[in-house]
Amino acid sequence: MSVRHHLLAAISLAIVATTPVSAQTLRYANQGELKSLDPYTLKETTTIAHHGHVYEGLVARDKELKIVPALAESWETLSPTKWRFHLRKGVKFHNGDPFTADDVLFSAERVRAKGSNFLSNVPADAKFSKVDDYTVDVTLDSPNPILTSQWDGWYIMDKKWCEENNSIAPTPAAATTPSFASLHENGTGPFMIESHQPGVKTVFKANPNWWRKPEHNLKEIIFTPIGSDATRVAALLSGEVDVIEPVPIQDIQRVNSSGNASVMTGPEIRTIFLGMDMARDELLYSNIKGKNPFKDIRVREAFYKTIDVELIKNRVMRGLSTPSALMIAPQLYPLFKDFRRPKLDPDGAKKLLADAGYPDGFELTMDCPNDRYVNDAAICQAVVGMLARIGVKVNLLAQPKAQYFAKVLKPGGYQTSFFLLGWTPASSDSHNVLHDILGCRDDPKDSTRGEASLGGYCNKEVDALTDKVLVETDTAKRDQLIKQAYEIVIKDYGYIPLHQQGLAWGVSKKVKLTQRADNQVLLYWATKQED
Amino acid sequence: MLAFTLRRALQAIGVMIAVGIISFSMFRFAGDPVNQIVSIDTSAAERASIRQSLGLDDPVLVQFGRYLVNAAQFKFGVSYQFRQPVSTLLMERMPATLELAICATVLAMVFGILMGVYSALRRDTLLAKLFQAVSLIGISLPTFLIGILLIYLFAVTLGWLPSFGRGEVVRLGWWTTGLLTVSGLKALIMPSITLGLFQMTLIMRLVRAEMLEVLRTDYIRFARARGLTTRAIHFGHALKNTLVPVITVAGLQFGSVIAFAIITETVFQWPGMGLMFVQAVQNVDIPIMAAYLLMVSLIFVTINLVVDILYTIVDPRLRATISRPA
Repeated sequence: MSVRHHLLAAISLAIVATTPVSAQTLRYANQGELKSLDPYTLKETTTIAHHGHVYEGLVARDKELKIVPALAESWETLSPTKWRFHLRKGVKFHNGDPFTADDVLFSAERVRAKGSNFLSNVPADAKFSKVDDYTVDVTLDSPNPILTSQWDGWYIMDKKWCEENNSIAPTPAAATTPSFASLHENGTGPFMIESHQPGVKTVFKANPNWWRKPEHNLKEIIFTPIGSDATRVAALLSGEVDVIEPVPIQDIQRVNSSGNASVMTGPEIRTIFLGMDMARDELLYSNIKGKNPFKDIRVREAFYKTIDVELIKNRVMRGLSTPSALMIAPQLYPLFKDFRRPKLDPDGAKKLLADAGYPDGFELTMDCPNDRYVNDAAICQAVVGMLARIGVKVNLLAQPKAQYFAKVLKPGGYQTSFFLLGWTPASSDSHNVLHDILGCRDDPKDSTRGEASLGGYCNKEVDALTDKVLVETDTAKRDQLIKQAYEIVIKDYGYIPLHQQGLAWGVSKKVKLTQRADNQVLLYWATKQED
Repeated sequence: MLAFTLRRALQAIGVMIAVGIISFSMFRFAGDPVNQIVSIDTSAAERASIRQSLGLDDPVLVQFGRYLVNAAQFKFGVSYQFRQPVSTLLMERMPATLELAICATVLAMVFGILMGVYSALRRDTLLAKLFQAVSLIGISLPTFLIGILLIYLFAVTLGWLPSFGRGEVVRLGWWTTGLLTVSGLKALIMPSITLGLFQMTLIMRLVRAEMLEVLRTDYIRFARARGLTTRAIHFGHALKNTLVPVITVAGLQFGSVIAFAIITETVFQWPGMGLMFVQAVQNVDIPIMAAYLLMVSLIFVTINLVVDILYTIVDPRLRATISRPA
């Protein structure tokens, strides 16, 4: 045994010991595509999550969905209507441009310009002013306790880069010329896009100059959309991709028993609910003429008490749902646990219906999407069966989302009598639910209040409370106000919340991942073992 | 001859216009594109302004007129989903579809003819019966089912072939090809089989029937009597005469291979035009739908036109009837 051998052995040992875990390539497939790279064109979960790999906002949400500092290092409220944000120093965009207050001011303009889909993320009354290069003041007309919550998803863009590339305006939805920013990116985030072929493949490379220490060990993410459920699952099982979203719930068992992948499940913050048209004097699609049965609270109560959410959970959702008493998810409202769903009582419901003057029930049509939420059409079918028990004959009209939304939303004239819908409050806050879904339509006129209230539920007391919720800055008091509003809605049987649907991500055994309840697949928290 | 070609070309234009009218009227029922462009909580005012800028509020006739004028100049506008010119998107996706269609057709021709000839010449062997059984499966099983079965067998269970996508592609000018890389070739195998299986069985049955027919004719008997080798008779005379209708059918089928690639492309996430069309339908991306439908009808019409003209060149009897219309 020569000295040389010992030396060699020592050197090779040292090399092994000092080499960091080698950087990996992670392959990810989602049902949906990444269409535009411009972070202001489409407010949709998958798209926002993709953009979140390359762009960053002033604030971010952590693994538990709490708002944490990102490009803003810290902030304080100088007065209830004036906020001061201290920006992080030394942050660079991917092209090397430094990040400064000018970029924040520019992004605040751009996100509220015509063509942006994120108008509601930054209040129209918020005035941004530059104090110095790393300090920005935001002045509001009225107090807004959820300002920073609303900012999640509003990413900061590089002023200089946008100006140089003729991308000052957000790519409008109706763009007739392709925009530079929809095919290229220049963010500050942990990944840079190396190539992007819309609808085919997008390659993300790790950003070596990121201001934060990465939690991931990836050098590259290859994203492919795979629309067909069977193919997506097959790609995971054969090891060609490492992460897929979503796994169809009927395939969960199979993926788990495959040995090389498993399904991460968890509750999502989207609430699925049923709504009844109580605005019209006569239902559009029913055999009852001259009056609207849903205007009678007893009919709504009867419907509520006939729908067995546990049965839906066990049979339709295969356990992957959380029955809900509220129109908001438990993660987004601390007092959620104070609420219980009214007890299931089909016999009582039949009696209520008889008292309301419908001893033999009645007939109506239900609108339902069939490609939007997890097992949406199957839920509707179950509801049809349940209502048959109290003599209500429901004709189910289950359609693809393109036709469904065209019919039931405001531009289509709210053409529905009974429907299923899902909602995730964009600001992750109850005010959005109280204002958009539970508020009176068009009050005051031409406001956006109640625009998503497809059933037209209206109670002025709720509206009054909602307005107080908007400006109340004391969290405990605010939660109480929200509670009062929800209690009224429940007492009125204004809507029938069903459940929060479950998340199902297929993950290879080699990959460790954090699942966040808003269903954003964020791979900057992923680590992958060596192949 | 010129008059005939002109007449056929005019008919082809008529067909294109008819396709345009039918597809345009169908878009009315596809749903509201605005819903697919923006998030669900987008305000009604914002939606209205998008509708207006897309020109969706104009009277139907105005919209149709604009559509025809643009289509005539091959201007298809910008995709609602991708915010890119439709022509660019189609050009990007076309190589994938054409490569798949060509591979599938070649596969179908080669195996279809071989199997057809064999089962005509050795009618009573076990293998010939097996071919017949396979062809029955090929004709009756739906494409997507075959695709999924192949994926589960060769990708998931055996792990030999990729379950989706095109593999590595090489760029040659505007064309991208998967034929030059190992992963690209591997990725081509299952989609080509899936897409070509129906054509293959069709060709096999056609060749078998034609071959049996030809083998009964007098000139084959004379050839036998002259003492030609069986090989020369079968392949030199019988097969050659069998192939005329086969080539016609295969040519006409090429159009439908491209059109029906939609399903195969969806199952294998093959990044071609068919997949883009399916996604466009789901998202009410009217510019892509319009362009795709017109393009497919153009392919069909062109193939038919070429075949018609070729007929008259090949078959002098047809030429005679054309120059002296009844």
